[in-house]
Amino acid sequence: MSYLEYNVKVVPSGLRKVLYLNWSLVLLLIAVASVGFLMLFSVAGGKMDPWAMAQMKRFALGMFLMFVIAMVPIWFWRNMAGVGYLLSLVLLVLVEVMGSVGMGAQRWIDLGFMRLQPSELMKITLVMMLAAYYDWLDIKKVSRPLWVLIPVILIMLPTFLVLRQPDLGTSILLVTGGGVIMFLAGVSLWYFGAVIASGVGLVASVFMSRGTEWQLLKDYQYRRIDTFLDPSSDPLGAGYHITQSKIALGSGGWTGRGFMQGTQSRLNFLPEKHTDFIFTTLAEEFGFLGGASLLTLYVLILIFCAASAFQNKDRFSSLLILGISVTFFLFFAVNMSMVMGLAPVVGVPLPMVSYGGSAMLILLVGFGLVQSAHVHRARQK
Amino acid sequence: MKRSPIDTEASARKITRRGLFLGGLQVSFAAMLVGRMRYMQVEQADEYRNLAEENRVKFSLLPPARGLIYDRNGVLIAGNEQNYRIVIVREDADDPEAVLNRLRKIVWIDDADVKRTLDEMRRRSPFVPVTVADRVAWEDVAEVAVNAPALPGITAEVGLSRSYPRADDFAHVIGYVGPVSDYDLSKLEDPDPLLQIPRFQIGKSGVEAKMELDLRGSAGTREVEVNAVGREMRELGREEGRAGDNIQLTVDADLQAYVQARLAGESAAAVVMDTQTGDVLAIGSAPTFDPNKFVRGISSKDYGTLLNDKYRPLAAKPAQGTYPPGSTFKMVTALAALEDGVIDTNESIKCYGYVEVHKRRFHCWKRGGHGPVDLVKSLRESCDIYYYDIAQRVGIEKIAEMARKLGLGERHDLPLSAIAQGLIPTKAWKREARGADWVIGDSLNAGIGQGFVLASPLQLTVMTARLATGQAIHPRLVRSVNGVETPVRNDGPLEISTSNLNAIREGMYEVVNARRGTAGRSKVVGDDLRMAGKTGTSQVRNITAAERARGVFRNEDLPWERRDHALFVCYAPHDNPRYAVTIVVEHGGGGSTAAAPIARDVMLQAFYKGKPPLEAYPENQRGTIQTRQRDIEEMLDMPHDERVKAAEGRA
Repeated sequence: MSYLEYNVKVVPSGLRKVLYLNWSLVLLLIAVASVGFLMLFSVAGGKMDPWAMAQMKRFALGMFLMFVIAMVPIWFWRNMAGVGYLLSLVLLVLVEVMGSVGMGAQRWIDLGFMRLQPSELMKITLVMMLAAYYDWLDIKKVSRPLWVLIPVILIMLPTFLVLRQPDLGTSILLVTGGGVIMFLAGVSLWYFGAVIASGVGLVASVFMSRGTEWQLLKDYQYRRIDTFLDPSSDPLGAGYHITQSKIALGSGGWTGRGFMQGTQSRLNFLPEKHTDFIFTTLAEEFGFLGGASLLTLYVLILIFCAASAFQNKDRFSSLLILGISVTFFLFFAVNMSMVMGLAPVVGVPLPMVSYGGSAMLILLVGFGLVQSAHVHRARQK
Repeated sequence: MKRSPIDTEASARKITRRGLFLGGLQVSFAAMLVGRMRYMQVEQADEYRNLAEENRVKFSLLPPARGLIYDRNGVLIAGNEQNYRIVIVREDADDPEAVLNRLRKIVWIDDADVKRTLDEMRRRSPFVPVTVADRVAWEDVAEVAVNAPALPGITAEVGLSRSYPRADDFAHVIGYVGPVSDYDLSKLEDPDPLLQIPRFQIGKSGVEAKMELDLRGSAGTREVEVNAVGREMRELGREEGRAGDNIQLTVDADLQAYVQARLAGESAAAVVMDTQTGDVLAIGSAPTFDPNKFVRGISSKDYGTLLNDKYRPLAAKPAQGTYPPGSTFKMVTALAALEDGVIDTNESIKCYGYVEVHKRRFHCWKRGGHGPVDLVKSLRESCDIYYYDIAQRVGIEKIAEMARKLGLGERHDLPLSAIAQGLIPTKAWKREARGADWVIGDSLNAGIGQGFVLASPLQLTVMTARLATGQAIHPRLVRSVNGVETPVRNDGPLEISTSNLNAIREGMYEVVNARRGTAGRSKVVGDDLRMAGKTGTSQVRNITAAERARGVFRNEDLPWERRDHALFVCYAPHDNPRYAVTIVVEHGGGGSTAAAPIARDVMLQAFYKGKPPLEAYPENQRGTIQTRQRDIEEMLDMPHDERVKAAEGRA
């Protein structure tokens, strides 16, 4: 019995729970998703099809899921964490095996109404698993090597599978998200210091060895890294997308070129304008004000999550809420850095805005858990 | 497991502490993103806006309508005609091959074109129209329009292309246009962007080439918005170009047509010039060709035929061709001698048929000799001995000076291709060009317009006009450009004494009108239009002593290429000159028989501005003349392409 169950009497029950939802968060999510609908309407040339309408239906489904999950007590979800993690891992292995037995590089499983990417699912279940692990673990043991090794393995297993797909964006999200939960759970800073130092050391030695006799990678591998880090060195290939993206963004100016007036997106200069690069369309049509507003909405979501987490005395709940909000942060931080030319192009969508079912549903499931933790938190009477 | 409240509190505090730190990082990162966004969207906005514009806006050029060319009376000789093209757009035609096969049932398209179209479609973007057939008849276009539902992706486009309604009459004058070649571009330092338009046509020869800049006009521009793959989305702006300037020539299209018809069958040149203004009224070259064929793209077979024809149809003989002027040069020699005072008009020189100079015999065309010859007789009967003598006396330098004064050896500035300078030899010239000294024999040959002397029919016409008027008149081919008249160029009286000129004119008058004149058979009846002229028969080879001994130098016995050129220069009316005419018939034999009759017909045609009355001809010739007039009228009634065949038949 954790602290929460111990204090269960203070938790609202039945339909009254709806009143205790974090409605600010709900409204913020609706606001962000509406920006998405608007942009999908715009990039389709002022039409609901093919993207905006489908996205709205998915959002409705996602919101419904969020509410359902929010109604279920958070300790149920904590108890499901291990099952969820194992299920995600099995599915990841499954798509890996299916991919290798000749169904192409398939990353998803068809559920009929949508395609489920196990790697997306893993983003949430890993957070749940780690939160549950640290909820279970004696706080005093948190920094002992053996007890540090277990979460590292929990993180590295799915990361390895996702990296094999290959999906670099999701791998980064998994490692960073997992690492953040370990950090929040109170793992000694020395571990992080050591990991960061050795990471920096490895990268430095890889680059410094270049051109010397003991260089660690082959020349073509270095060239790939060059293009990856600096797409402008390959303006017609990898650089084309990022160049066009920056042009779209930059040409927006203060207030943008006007709704549906963005030439870069309307004339198809922008790649993936409805998915990963949708932020550039927003920035082109609504300018700095539009882009900054969306970013503000995102930050508000983070703040409401953090506030909810800090109020919550339950270790699982607060770790889960913060873990999900960090995952959410990583989504938009990586995506925006990418379209602004600050980071290499890795396939990470703009959360709640980019067209695509999996990511949105998974995020809403995640926020469902956040809501559940919020509703079922122990209240000081 | 129940956790102690102390542990719970400690855990919550730790999470809050680390969470706040993490939140701080997140907010900082978000602030950094906002900063970056501000930098790109505010500071660098203009730069990116420009790049976006460059991305989306493309300019294309609108070709201007080429200037038209008219004759002196406003008859169109070079126009622009609507040209229908059938194009196919791949993305609109589901199955281009099937559509093309259906199209072939309506419009005749050969296999090569179908293959080319399919190849081009594969190479181009799916929305780029590819030309299937060019210069399609209007009936076919209508048929295609009716069958449009069965021919998805097929449309007819209309454009302008050059056409020459007078076809072969003006082939050597206005020339023709053709698509810009890499060679054309390489010649220009800063080519007009218009020339980059595919299939843009520029003048390749003649007036079309020489007055290209006037005729071309300037391009309009069209600004279009394109998407990432280059498809035009909409037109943003359009600025029409300026059409080329219209040009009016001095040439009379009807006279030109007559001249071409009259020359048909020969390899010949004719120039008709207004002696007062220098206006070139006709400038014919035979055989000729249809410049429309060049505009449409001449087949290599047709082109080969033109190239290999020994009559050289592609050469513009009146201005490009140079010939030894032969006896038509005698006026120059005589005037030089008269002006120099080495001879006067009454002095007689005895002609024995030949003269020996430095142990070399120089022959007169008349073997038995002319007996005593004075100036008028020397011209009338074209005695060579007389000119051998005076040429020796006056010397080549004075002859050359007089020749220049009369417009020989000068490249007259007409907008025609490859205008020849001809050659008026001097001692200095020979030393430089031949590396040899001038010898007396050279003077003798030059005195009768042989040897080194070369002149174009155009130059001979200018000479004749200057002799007739005593004015330094210059030829003019362009009457006006865009309505602005080209000035007549007359440098005033030639510095030649009138009495000497009159003596020459009298001689030329007798050539045609005196009983013994060499062109006596080509005289005009009636006092108002008496011609003055001079025959010329110029050798294209040396007659060897053996040949002379054998007596085989009758032209008819020689192969065509070795026969003499026949020349005739004339002006009329003799007392009030209005027209000067030169006829050169390559390898035509004698000037009096081959060239003079043509010159008379042309002169009368010019004078009467149409068919002259039979009464203008001597009575005994009227039957032949009537037949010939009928022949030519028949020929002029034929479509142009049949005229060529008729001309071949006559040859």
